[in-house]
Amino acid sequence: MKPYKVFYLLFLSFLAGVQAQEKKVENPVSHDFELEIEGEYRYFYEEGQFQGQEDHFPSLAFRPEYSMDWNKGYESLNFAGFFRIDRDEERTHWDLRELYYQKAKGNFEISLGLKKIYWGVTESNHLVDIINQTDAVETFDGEEKLGQPMVQFTWATNKFGTFDFFYLPYHRKRTFTGEKGRLRFGTVIDQDDLGYESGAREWRQDAAFRWNHYFGIFDVAVSHFYGNGREPLFIFDASGNINAFYPVINQTGVEVQITHNAFLWKLESIYRNAKAQEFIALVAGLEYTFSNIDGNGLDIGILGEYLYDERDELALNTLQNDVFFGSRIAFNDTQDTSILIGGIGDLESSSKIFSLEASRRVGSSWTVAVEARIFSDIDPSELILQNFKNDSFMRISISKFF
Amino acid sequence: MKKLIITGIALFSIALVSAQTNEERGLEIAKAAEEADLGFESSIVDLKMTLKNKNGQTSERLLTTKTLELTEDGDKSLIVFNSPKDVKGTATLTFTHKVGSDDQWLFLPSIKRVKRISSNNKSGPFVGSEFAYEDLSSQEVEKYSYKFLEANGSLLLVEQDPVDPKSGYTRRIVTYNKDKGYRLEKVEFYDRKNALLKTLTYSDYKQYNGKFWRALTLHMVNHQSKKETILKFSGYNLGANLSEDDFTQTALQRAGK
Repeated sequence: MKPYKVFYLLFLSFLAGVQAQEKKVENPVSHDFELEIEGEYRYFYEEGQFQGQEDHFPSLAFRPEYSMDWNKGYESLNFAGFFRIDRDEERTHWDLRELYYQKAKGNFEISLGLKKIYWGVTESNHLVDIINQTDAVETFDGEEKLGQPMVQFTWATNKFGTFDFFYLPYHRKRTFTGEKGRLRFGTVIDQDDLGYESGAREWRQDAAFRWNHYFGIFDVAVSHFYGNGREPLFIFDASGNINAFYPVINQTGVEVQITHNAFLWKLESIYRNAKAQEFIALVAGLEYTFSNIDGNGLDIGILGEYLYDERDELALNTLQNDVFFGSRIAFNDTQDTSILIGGIGDLESSSKIFSLEASRRVGSSWTVAVEARIFSDIDPSELILQNFKNDSFMRISISKFF
Repeated sequence: MKKLIITGIALFSIALVSAQTNEERGLEIAKAAEEADLGFESSIVDLKMTLKNKNGQTSERLLTTKTLELTEDGDKSLIVFNSPKDVKGTATLTFTHKVGSDDQWLFLPSIKRVKRISSNNKSGPFVGSEFAYEDLSSQEVEKYSYKFLEANGSLLLVEQDPVDPKSGYTRRIVTYNKDKGYRLEKVEFYDRKNALLKTLTYSDYKQYNGKFWRALTLHMVNHQSKKETILKFSGYNLGANLSEDDFTQTALQRAGK
């Protein structure tokens, strides 16, 4: 918990600074507090493959958020916390998703503290996105992230695009499901058991850079990351034991999106280089939306993406030579009802994963969400996916916003 | 001789004015309205959107809109949602173009993602309201062809036909108020089958900086679905001195967080 201490001190000193400033200012300071409480139930309808795995997972999560801004919104302090109680001890966890100070001046912006950054354009896999560690116990799609300590400096120009520089002083370890939990390997991995290639371990001082710009219908980005990888490297020995560690990596990423009428053409690709590993991976595809079909706002989008990963079956995300098809249905009604259905199929084997996500607002401060993931015909040769073959599940969640 | 030429030109122009077609007069009025609102530079305004269904049930949305006036090309705008709370922080950045499709980016606060989106869907409803995207986008003169219909005191009625075939309308009948800086009083929208679809009424006008008229209430009634949407603007700030730096993808993320 050492890094938290550091950021707690930073936070206190900013508070002190802010208060000092408040006295002399004629600019109003605005405060904003919000809390989401979410009740969730996950049900895995097939018996667990490994000993100790449960089927039913009731759970409760809290997401408090606070932000305060002044100087016409050009300076702000932001906090987003997270706490979950779950039947799986490892999924019972808390995190500081965000706790940062931000200041913008002209076309410069600086952020200091724990923050979340998203990179990428594709839907079925997020290859380029690397700044934050994945909070893997939270969701199967990997879109939940842990707060990353950073100094971010942004220079946004109209002519040459936006340049982002990141100094990342501390590495967060990926979360892993506990013994009772699903979507794990036969051996329970304790996140603290994972070592590092770097002698500086989590305190290795990492850096990243990204440039993005747009030219008419083209949106382009190029990024580079040098430091402790976010994805652990798994090496299986002859007796089936797993040795896992975080390698030091260089990763270059490219993102392209072409937005032409109702078509979105997308490409995301990475080249990752470490002592123990070197590979390229890519996702390319398109999204087409039939909008306002019924004259009442119904939009139906169709998505198709091809996924390639040179690591083959050792790709942790299990997407080595696959095709994704999906459909996004948005009703554009007052309740913001939306549905996303999809399926990923391996081109070389029978393995398929189907998914459904739907959500709707109820009243003005409640939302209901439903999710299903189905693992179908998982090929015995899939080293990683084989572990999840009995982990198809359904999830319902209800959130109240205060 | 010189005098004669000048007189000749003067006579010719008078003849030209009287021979002005309804198309020319319509365009002239649209340009006059644009001219009258020129020079506001930038604005920030809070907006309460009330959606009413045919049974009278209502739901509300709170938004903040920032606009940057540009003369060479269309305006830039940034819209942030403050409520309902589950979509709080969702924001859009739009670069309007006088000719061609607008550029638009969406910020999703839950995963902090900026996504370029298609501006193809002009006729679709904006967040479930009776306002279509095209009703809320910057009204550039180049986006319509015009036909003057009639004058009724200071009120001038002009028919506007959208240039873009993706528009949800065949025509709009717009009422300008000539004596009040050509401000809009009413717009009637005709759907693709040329049937009256919606009526938008502007009220609670307030003049800012001695020049710019801003309606604080916009009331849209859909005659076909019997649904209504009311927009209430508050706290217009026309002296915000915003610049291009406030309308970048970086600013979009900052506004949405």
